[in-house]
Amino acid sequence: MIRVLAALVRRDLVLASRVGGSGALSLVFFLMIVALVPFALGPDLNLLSRIGPAILWLSAVLATLIGLDRIFQADEEDGSLDLMTASPAPLELVVLAKVLAHWLTTGLPLALASPLFGLLVALSPTAMGATALTLLVGTPALTFVGAVGAALTASIRRGGLILAIVVLPLMIPTLIFGVSAVDSALGGTVPFVTPLIILGALSLIAAVVGTLAAAAALRWSE
Amino acid sequence: MRLIVENLACRRSGRRIFSGLGFTLEAGEALTVTGRNGAGKSSLLAMLAGRLKPDAGAIRVEETGEATLTECLHVVGHRDGLKGALTAEENLTFARDILGAPTASPCEAMAAMGLAHALNLPVGYLSAGQRRRVALARLLVCRRPLWLLDEPTAALDTASQGVLAGLMARHRAEGGLVVAATHMPIGLDHARELRIGLPAATEDAAEAEAWA
Repeated sequence: MIRVLAALVRRDLVLASRVGGSGALSLVFFLMIVALVPFALGPDLNLLSRIGPAILWLSAVLATLIGLDRIFQADEEDGSLDLMTASPAPLELVVLAKVLAHWLTTGLPLALASPLFGLLVALSPTAMGATALTLLVGTPALTFVGAVGAALTASIRRGGLILAIVVLPLMIPTLIFGVSAVDSALGGTVPFVTPLIILGALSLIAAVVGTLAAAAALRWSE
Repeated sequence: MRLIVENLACRRSGRRIFSGLGFTLEAGEALTVTGRNGAGKSSLLAMLAGRLKPDAGAIRVEETGEATLTECLHVVGHRDGLKGALTAEENLTFARDILGAPTASPCEAMAAMGLAHALNLPVGYLSAGQRRRVALARLLVCRRPLWLLDEPTAALDTASQGVLAGLMARHRAEGGLVVAATHMPIGLDHARELRIGLPAATEDAAEAEAWA
């Protein structure tokens, strides 16, 4: 079991590093959106630093969508998925490994790079730290929710747009608690830990439900 | 192991492809599946591989212990399951880790297919025939009793076809089963033949009525 998990994660990481696929692309996309906002709003630093965390979170949600459609589709197209279903390990484990590898190449870099991008929207150091921490805790939820949509659209050509429409509404709770956690870190009546814990819970729930649902969707799509 | 298929029917996108298909395959036996284009050869293999649900009928395996059908089989088909960005060795090592029950090392398997020199080349650089041989090398890195081959000799040169025939003969001598969909002889001695014909005419009429 562990060997299968390790083999899958290793393969997807090697593939991501060689093909240079969605990881770098979604990071650049993230940078693009964050950089565009000051142009649209004008150079009002107070306004920017007030809505900065929300901008970063919104950008992160959108950037997660990049490359999401290829998680299972690439393997479905070339027959690798048949190989994986022939494994003695359950399909749920395969899904878990693939989503984990996807998060390591997209979600984790987003969270790590967010303090740097926070400079563009005039965030205070506290807000930068809080945003990075909430993204670190929250992006797994985004990836796992996205994986369900990716599994549903795996056999559809150009399923990326449908995927975004299916998945975005399901990401709203994560977005709400992510932004409210950062806000409470910058002062407010609620302590920082409360929304952060709920965010962590959302990630854990998404990990369980998302894995089961994505595996079921892959089985059902034959 | 023994593979038993009873009264199998296939329906794709609402159309009946074939029905009433049945055969039993004992250890060491081979079956070639023939039929015109679109007769359902690949669909039959997909059903055996568990990727397609039968419309009717049953597929069973016996004498395999606790292993289910999908854990007993190797599939080599048109979609070869190889990643172009990975080297042949990485692809085969991955298959070995995923499928379990490892036997030959990727290096030995590639040597058996006459491709030892391409072990560390990305599969994307290989020709269609070489790529097919890498996919066939997967049969050797893990021990699985049932081989499902969809047009295994497509794109293979004569020498490689001979190598494949030798591999299949050895596999059968060790008690393995081979099911191959093909249009031409692929060097399986004493293989049973299953010809998928047109669906029965009466059924076609009923079907046409249902559609009308």
